[in-house]
Formats: sequence, C-alpha cells, structure tokens
Amino acid sequence: MPNLKDLKNRIESVKSTRKITKAMQMVAAAKLRRAQEAAEAGRPYAERFNAVLGGLAASSGGDSAPKLLSGTGSDQVHMLVVMTAERGLCGGFNSSIAKMARAKAEELIASGKTVKILTVGKKGREQLKRDFEDQMVDHVDLSGVRNVGYDNAQGIANDLIHRFNEGEFDVATIFYNKFESVISQIPTAQQVIPASFDAPAEGAEEVSTVYDYEPSEEGILATLLPSGVATQVFTALLENGASEQGARMSAMDNATRNAGDMIDKLTIQFNRSRQAVITNELIEIISGAEAL
Amino acid sequence: MADTMQFDLVSPERSLASLQATAVQLPGADGDLTAMPNHAPTITTLRPGIVRVESPEGNAEFAVTGGFAEVTATGTSVLAERALPTSEVTQDVLDGFVSDAAAASENATAENLDELAKRTVDIAAMASELGLSVKG
Repeated sequence: MPNLKDLKNRIESVKSTRKITKAMQMVAAAKLRRAQEAAEAGRPYAERFNAVLGGLAASSGGDSAPKLLSGTGSDQVHMLVVMTAERGLCGGFNSSIAKMARAKAEELIASGKTVKILTVGKKGREQLKRDFEDQMVDHVDLSGVRNVGYDNAQGIANDLIHRFNEGEFDVATIFYNKFESVISQIPTAQQVIPASFDAPAEGAEEVSTVYDYEPSEEGILATLLPSGVATQVFTALLENGASEQGARMSAMDNATRNAGDMIDKLTIQFNRSRQAVITNELIEIISGAEAL
Repeated sequence: MADTMQFDLVSPERSLASLQATAVQLPGADGDLTAMPNHAPTITTLRPGIVRVESPEGNAEFAVTGGFAEVTATGTSVLAERALPTSEVTQDVLDGFVSDAAAASENATAENLDELAKRTVDIAAMASELGLSVKG
C-alpha cells in the first residue's frame, strides 16, 4: 500500500489535472458557440451558390464545359486534401479523419492509382506522415489563424486550381468532419474537382425559370467554378472548426468527470490508510502500556 | 403588381442584408443594371463596384469586390465575395482591395491578364465614387 504522502500528492495532481480539463472544456464551449455561429452564417451563401452553380452546370454539360466541371477525362492521379485541427486533445476528431483518408488512400493505391496528399492542419499531417511520407505534396499551416476566413479558403482553393491546371492531378477530394452535434461529428469525403453537385431540389418553379445570363452562360460558369471550389473548402473549414470544438468539449467533459471519479476513489483510499495508521499507533500505545 | 421585392446580400462569412426593396442597382460585369420587381430572371457576374438598394425604409449602399447576382421577378440575391456597407469602406480597406488585386495580377496568366487589369481599374472607379483615391 502506498504511503500517505504519496497518496496525497497523487490526489493533488489529479485535482490540478481536473482544473485544466475543466478550463479547456469551458474554453471549447465558448469557441464552439462562435464556430457554430460562423458555420451558420456561411450556410446561406453556400446553399445559394451551389443551387445556382448546380443549375448552370446541369444546363451546360457537354464537351465545351470547363475542365473544372468535366474533369480531365482520366482519374489516374488523386489529390486528397485532408483537413484536421492544429491541436490535439479533442477526442477522436483528428484520428477519424486521418483514418478515413488513410483507408481511401490505401484503396486507391491498391487499385493502381497515384495518390497525392495535401494536409491542412498539423495533426493530420503527423498522423499520415508515417505511412504516406512520399505522397505528401504540401501542407497548409493555419496555426496562426484565429478565425478562419474566406481568404484562407480561397488560398487553399487557388492553390488546388493552380495545381489542377498544371496537370498535377485529375481528381481532388476533401476530407473533413461534418458538424452534426456536440457528440457526433461525421467524417466526410467530398469531391471538389471535377465539381460535383447534389441534385438541386426539383421545385416546379425552378424548372420553369429560364434565366438570362450576362455575360454568357459559359462566361459565368468559368468565373464561378473557381469560387465554387473556394466555397466548398470554406464550408468544410467552418464545419471542421465547429466539429473540433464540439469534439474537444465532449472529450474534456469526459476527462473532467473521470478525474472527479478518480479523486473520489483516491480520497477513500487515503482516508482508509490514515485510519489504519492511527489504529496501528493506538495498538502500539495500548500494548506498550499493558506490557508495563 | 408588387411594388417591392426581397433583397438579400450575402457574403461567404455572413449575411449582410435581407429586406424588401423597390429597386436594386447592380454593378454587372457587362455594365450596370437596375433590378426592379418583375424583372426578367437574370444571372449576372459582378465587377468591383457599389450595390445601391432603394427601399421604403430608406436607401443603402454596399461595396462589393465581385461575385454574382441572381435576379428573379420576386427577389434579388447578391452573392458577393466580399461586401461591406460603403460607410465602412475606409482608405485601409480600399488599400486591402487594391493589394489583393495587385497580388492576383502578379500570378496572372496571359488569358486572365485583361480581366485582372480591368479589376484594378474597376476598384479605382469604385474608389473615386466613394471619394477615396487609390495610391499609386
């Protein structure tokens, strides 16, 4: 049995750990609210954008469509954009994305495709580096960015489009966590190049509306597709931000609760040992007195 | 005939305006246009410029740096890459626009050189409309 002093130190150390996890939980909760608001504020734009772009893309499919929409005609080289957090201690958040990306990469390699990986966020890079060091092409560091803005997304998107135009890859997929609720984040893979759209809700009104396009339909499509990539990346970054804070909040909540349980257990153990020591001392005194 | 229509102005980061308007003046890529209720459905890209909204409650002006607008008989939605009320456009903000455009021009390819040059000119035009000037 550990002696009293050791137990006492142990209890103190668990208590300070609990303080830290509690503080992290509260910070995450505050940040989560902000991140959620940002994600919600960005939603109307993304929805409308995709609706318009989807309509345009559907009506102007064909040979003349820009490459960003129709693809290069091959799917030999895949670019996986893995978006994770810059920090750890957020439960399974980072590893669930990394796991999904790894599975996808292995599947592609097994079927003879070439895989390239671009990581956003330090944690994903660390996890994938061991297995796919050779496939890593670049890394985007967002650790200095406090609030992810559209500029960041645009930077990533422009980089992707530039690489695409240089012929570095045929298909790009982004991996991120979709924010469902505080306890549930869904790792999601979404193809961004060539652009893919959810079929627009077929409202009778939308079908009957014939738009005038200014300048031309192709002109608009060519201008909007790059922004479309940026919008998708931005949505992913926002969802990821909210998911990260949600995951951290629930992970830290669990940690705080576990620390509390541990303190209770250690305290009981401490009290029992103290009692045993006192009993021992009494027995020694009594038997000493009896011996006289 | 309805005399107002729904007007929405959204940027990727937030929704700036959502109100009933009688007319919206848009800086279309091919020239300015004014959308009023029952306008023919139109989608147009925007150049850097000023969106003017007339509504029963008063007028509002927003500076946008690009994006596109969707006009239907019952409403106008502007999806701007960056947008802010003209009252918030200061020299600093304008300098930001200019340096972004300049940075984009540096990576220009032969195809989009004209487009980017036009962008810079459009920003300068917007600046003079707001009573600001672009530094050389």
